[in-house]
Amino acid sequence: MSRLPDGRYVDDAPYDPQTSIQQIERRDLDAPNWLLVWRKFRRHKLGLISGLFLLLSYLMLPFAGFIAPYTPNQRMSEHLYAPPQSIKLWHEGKFVGPYVYRTTSEPDMETFQWKFVPDTSRPIPLKFFCKGDSYHLAGLFPSETHLFCAQEGATVFLWGSDRLGRDVFSRILYGAQLSLTVGLIGITVSFLLGIGFGSIAGYFGGKIDWVINRVIEILRSLPELPLWLALSAAVPSNWGPVSVFFIISVILGILDWPGLARSVRAKFLSLREEEYVRAAEMMGASSGRVIRKHLLPNFMSHLIASATLSIPAMILGETALSFLGLGLRAPAVSWGVMLNDAQNLASIEIYPWTAIPMLPIIVVVLAFNFLGDGLRDSLDPYDS
Amino acid sequence: MMLLRYAIYRFATMLLTLLVVSALIFLIINLPPGDYLSNQIAELRASGQDAGVAKAEFLRHEYALDRPLWEQYMIWVGFMPGPNGFSGLIHGNFGWSFEFDRPVAEIVGESLWLTVLVNLAAVLFVYLVALPLGVLAAARSKTWVDYTSAFVGYLGLATPNFLLALILFYYGHKYFNLPIGGLMDPRFEGQPMTSDKAWSILVHLIVPTFVIGTSGAAAMMQRLRANLLDELGKPYVETAIAKGMSPRRMLTKYPLRMAFNPFVADIGNLLPSMVSGSVLVSVVLGLQTIGPTLLTALKTQDQFLSGFVLMFVALLTLVGTMVSDVLLVLLDPRIRYEGRET
Repeated sequence: MSRLPDGRYVDDAPYDPQTSIQQIERRDLDAPNWLLVWRKFRRHKLGLISGLFLLLSYLMLPFAGFIAPYTPNQRMSEHLYAPPQSIKLWHEGKFVGPYVYRTTSEPDMETFQWKFVPDTSRPIPLKFFCKGDSYHLAGLFPSETHLFCAQEGATVFLWGSDRLGRDVFSRILYGAQLSLTVGLIGITVSFLLGIGFGSIAGYFGGKIDWVINRVIEILRSLPELPLWLALSAAVPSNWGPVSVFFIISVILGILDWPGLARSVRAKFLSLREEEYVRAAEMMGASSGRVIRKHLLPNFMSHLIASATLSIPAMILGETALSFLGLGLRAPAVSWGVMLNDAQNLASIEIYPWTAIPMLPIIVVVLAFNFLGDGLRDSLDPYDS
Repeated sequence: MMLLRYAIYRFATMLLTLLVVSALIFLIINLPPGDYLSNQIAELRASGQDAGVAKAEFLRHEYALDRPLWEQYMIWVGFMPGPNGFSGLIHGNFGWSFEFDRPVAEIVGESLWLTVLVNLAAVLFVYLVALPLGVLAAARSKTWVDYTSAFVGYLGLATPNFLLALILFYYGHKYFNLPIGGLMDPRFEGQPMTSDKAWSILVHLIVPTFVIGTSGAAAMMQRLRANLLDELGKPYVETAIAKGMSPRRMLTKYPLRMAFNPFVADIGNLLPSMVSGSVLVSVVLGLQTIGPTLLTALKTQDQFLSGFVLMFVALLTLVGTMVSDVLLVLLDPRIRYEGRET
């Protein structure tokens, strides 16, 4: 830095008109695609929050048994349809830490329901990292430790209990294991089928294209739910919950692929005329290699975004099927199975907490929608 | 003339599609091992009632259930003579329901028309709600109107239909004294149509229409908004504004027309999901449409009944899509008549 006689400051370094431009743009020009996408996605606040929420939810799945105070099918016959209990911190102006009141059930001879009367004189603190019913952590390691549970004789029903005295909160956590993974398995099936058929139709064209296109049109023009119903009615009723779960997710996927296949086909039709594809073919690449190595990576990110947008439909589909009694069945716990209990007006009016599983469904579906929107918006990093 | 040719072409493809669909449906309903009668025979044998077995065996032969699957299909559709000559779907014989021990046509009867009615009402609802809201959201984009409608739309997409139905029924009854359950007052069931009956059906339709239509309306609204926003960014809109045209007149005269075509074309996407929704909602709310019938038929493997209901539902969607395609050609003369893209 040197000072001129008239009082201005001037940088001594020689002036190079190129450097300043390059320094600004170099970073963007060299950055890999995912980094650009990430930079843009970061600005999409709603999408970011939704993504984080979904990540946390999926990470929670293996530890559902640890977080839940009860196991999903543990029945408290003394507490049928117990209303939600609140966890309090202060008792008569004194801090005692998180505690609940012991509740006792009394029959109400006028309404013929159980009435739950809390014993407000004595706070019963919650125990943490306590021993409870045994469960398998991540489905593998047997464990008995729960994050929190009530002391002997008291109960902790954060969101009430259901018809058989099972804790709704615990069941929602366990239900998430099935309800959230149904979409993932379904989307994998739909992805494989959609990309497979879509790329074959778009790449080869001609007769194959015509046939696949007609199949897509026919499947798209049919109402999904009745077909889902018919297919799941075909699942033998003596199968175990796990195989029923798999077959249901596969069914959801089988009817979802046409939409994906259509967009894949459209992309292929336009991309297969590009020079680099011809170059690869001339060098003797097999069509399988051209599809996998040269064409698919081009719009994989778009496919992921559209997959994110179709997962919610599958989650809702599973819920609807289980709700109607044609999806997952009783010993299995999913949000749809839980809602099966809230099927009539009486339970909505008298025991509104049995309908609580609808909250996680709505939140998760919204989160997937926002995440998908955010991804879609940020996938074109060069488009401002 | 071109239009007529296109309509005929579209009708022919629809018939072809329907044929494929019928094969598909027949395959699906025959997926579970056994059929209603063989299950019944096994049950009767186990309990030692041989008299019933003979009757069931007779029925099995009567309805050709002892033949190979493809022959059963041909007989069901009516391409091949069954034990009693040609009588299949195309001859107007919809089959026999084993579960109810009555002809299928008699069981579904009135509920067919009610199904059509419910779906028509829902489609109307979608258009009536999505059109003004979508236009408003686009014209006032990035204001509270836009955000509120987007939020409500997202909620509509995310809430499971059947729960919305239950909750709306409960509150509708509590605050507006809307009737609960069914599509008409029980005293009108099986009665000839009168103005009282029509009114009763109309009042009962409010909640189901709303429930079935919400998610469709939300999706439609978002698409209309996106289309309209695309149009609003074009130079001719700028020209119109520069000329000093009033915004309202400008909006309705040019961009809205352009954005309107996809709106009509979209019915092909809309209809399948609406029919799905109506089946589900009917089961939950106990509407006298074919939804509940389908569920029982599927659960008891009553194959002719479930097959017919599935066929009807498919027919409903296919006809709706066809009508919208023909309408689209009427609305937009630029659309090519022949075939699809090559």
